[in-house]
Amino acid sequence: MAKITLDNLAHSYLPNPKGEEDFALKELNHEWTDGEAYALLGSSGCGKTTLLNIISGLLKPSQGRVLFDDRDVTSAPTAERNIAQVFQFPVVYDTMSVRQNLAFPLKNRGADAAYVAERVQTVARMIDMEAELDRKARGLTADAKQKISLGRGMVREDVNALLFDEPLTVIDPHMKWELRTQLKSLHRQFGHTMIYVTHDQTEALTFADKVVVMFDGRVVQIGTPEELFETPEHTFVGYFIGSPGMNIIPARIEGNRAHVNGSLIQLARAYGKLDGEVVIGVRPEYAKLSDKDGLPVRIRRVEDVGRHKIVRAEFFGNDINIIAKEGEAIGSEMTRVTFDPARVNVYANDWRVTGEAA
Amino acid sequence: MEKTVNQKAWLLVLPVLVLVAFSAVIPLMTVVNYSVQDTFGNNKFFWAGLEWFDEMLHSERMWNALGRQLLFSAIILAIEVPLGILVALSMPKRGFWASVCLVLMALPLLIPWNVVGTIWQIFGRVDIGLLGYTLENLGIPYNYTQHLFAAWATVIVMDVWHWTSLVALLAYAGLQSIPDAYYQAAKIDQASRWSVFRYIELPKMQGVLMIAILLRFMDSFMIYTEPFVVTGGGPGNSTTFLSIDLVKMALGQFDLGPAAAFSIMYFLVILLICWVFYTVMTNLEKRDGVS
Repeated sequence: MAKITLDNLAHSYLPNPKGEEDFALKELNHEWTDGEAYALLGSSGCGKTTLLNIISGLLKPSQGRVLFDDRDVTSAPTAERNIAQVFQFPVVYDTMSVRQNLAFPLKNRGADAAYVAERVQTVARMIDMEAELDRKARGLTADAKQKISLGRGMVREDVNALLFDEPLTVIDPHMKWELRTQLKSLHRQFGHTMIYVTHDQTEALTFADKVVVMFDGRVVQIGTPEELFETPEHTFVGYFIGSPGMNIIPARIEGNRAHVNGSLIQLARAYGKLDGEVVIGVRPEYAKLSDKDGLPVRIRRVEDVGRHKIVRAEFFGNDINIIAKEGEAIGSEMTRVTFDPARVNVYANDWRVTGEAA
Repeated sequence: MEKTVNQKAWLLVLPVLVLVAFSAVIPLMTVVNYSVQDTFGNNKFFWAGLEWFDEMLHSERMWNALGRQLLFSAIILAIEVPLGILVALSMPKRGFWASVCLVLMALPLLIPWNVVGTIWQIFGRVDIGLLGYTLENLGIPYNYTQHLFAAWATVIVMDVWHWTSLVALLAYAGLQSIPDAYYQAAKIDQASRWSVFRYIELPKMQGVLMIAILLRFMDSFMIYTEPFVVTGGGPGNSTTFLSIDLVKMALGQFDLGPAAAFSIMYFLVILLICWVFYTVMTNLEKRDGVS
């Protein structure tokens, strides 16, 4: 187990990157604390996999260093790093049995037979494949194969870190929960450093102690699920996390007031002069329909998702979402919306501005 | 829903039936016709029954040719398949050099058979050929017109030169279809180079290798032009393979009946071996389960 430090790390797939836009992974300094479970969250193509492959040594970064416990491993081969990695699509050795597949990483490292047999049993129980141990891997279904891939990732106990690259994409929903729980308990039991790449926010928020959100090759926020929800540092975080995501409304800020199309929204904090494109962000959970207070809104559609209702509405030409309680009646008189001032965040050029207490 | 039953469907397959009839069935029937009759010219035919088949089955000359043919096919398969895989493994996977390699590999396949024969015929000559002359001067006795071993070596090397590319290209296609994740997982699992080959590359190439072996077997079993141009079947009868012998019999001696009977048996042997091979391979796949 080890602490993993990324020092000035950046990567481009082009041989001679010119500007910043040529980099798949923009300059990054980060320390992955030993024994923590991280989720790396972001939309497809934002550099998550690139980052993971650099940590495991499958890819050599164009610049910067990777350190394991202060030892520079930037140019060390994968084998030397002693890392386990599970990929998005199942990789099994077709001609081997399930048992041989699970034993393969241990055998290659020369572990003794009794230990291998015991570990294979343990892992087979975790992934619920004890009955299929002696089957050939070739004829299995995609999710059984992926379980084998996961099992091969978990079979070694002494790894420096466990990396998962969207490992549950091909797995059945009910099995997803179970495997995720297994991964969590594995983490509690052995305390491996785990990095879990996903574009599914539920997966990220339930799995990890800390969530790292990436956008366009850059880490935009690292925080607990709560921090990501309450104070998204970047509009992307606000939009990407939450269902539906944060409402983003162009506004003009003056002190502790926001002007939207000439109408006024009270803010909890005061802001100085802001440059660039200024928006306010407010989560649908903190917007409330009303019949007399607040600003005019036109309701387009109400979606009842069971535990609450999502109101799709138009607010001065912007599409916004409002979450209403399940029991709340939404009549034709509800033509106004109010925002909780303490929960309205202000963004300039997509980054959050802190402001001062008013 | 009930299916309409009528005979119109026959009309749709008729063009194909006609085409196959003219291209395969009718010529084959000509051979069958010759094989059961005897002729003395002037289009006079006499019924011979299975006499020619019987004669051919007891002909030492034919059994010897068949033996040589099997040995030849076995040797070239034993060389070309591993060599082709090795070449495919060492070819670059992508980029400029991958294209260059592909073109270079395809070149021998584009050369007509008799040209290949001529190239090696000249190349191996002890008086003017680069290979023959050099070997002879190095003190290695090499003369494919006189020595059995030299003749076989020349014919085999020529076939390897001509056809290893085909195996290599097919194997290369098989290798290209393996996703990167497999190699990455192997690295994570600390698999050795041999393990990568044994457990990833070879299983993924199984299908294309089956085709490669089948093609190379059929083709080598019917080889005619190249050895005919280089050695003419000699020295003695040592490189007289089945096709060469067949042509000698049919056109050289004008023994049409025996030659026809023999053609049919030749055809059946190839069919039988291919069928056995194919059945074994597909059963192997079925036993493993199909992914």
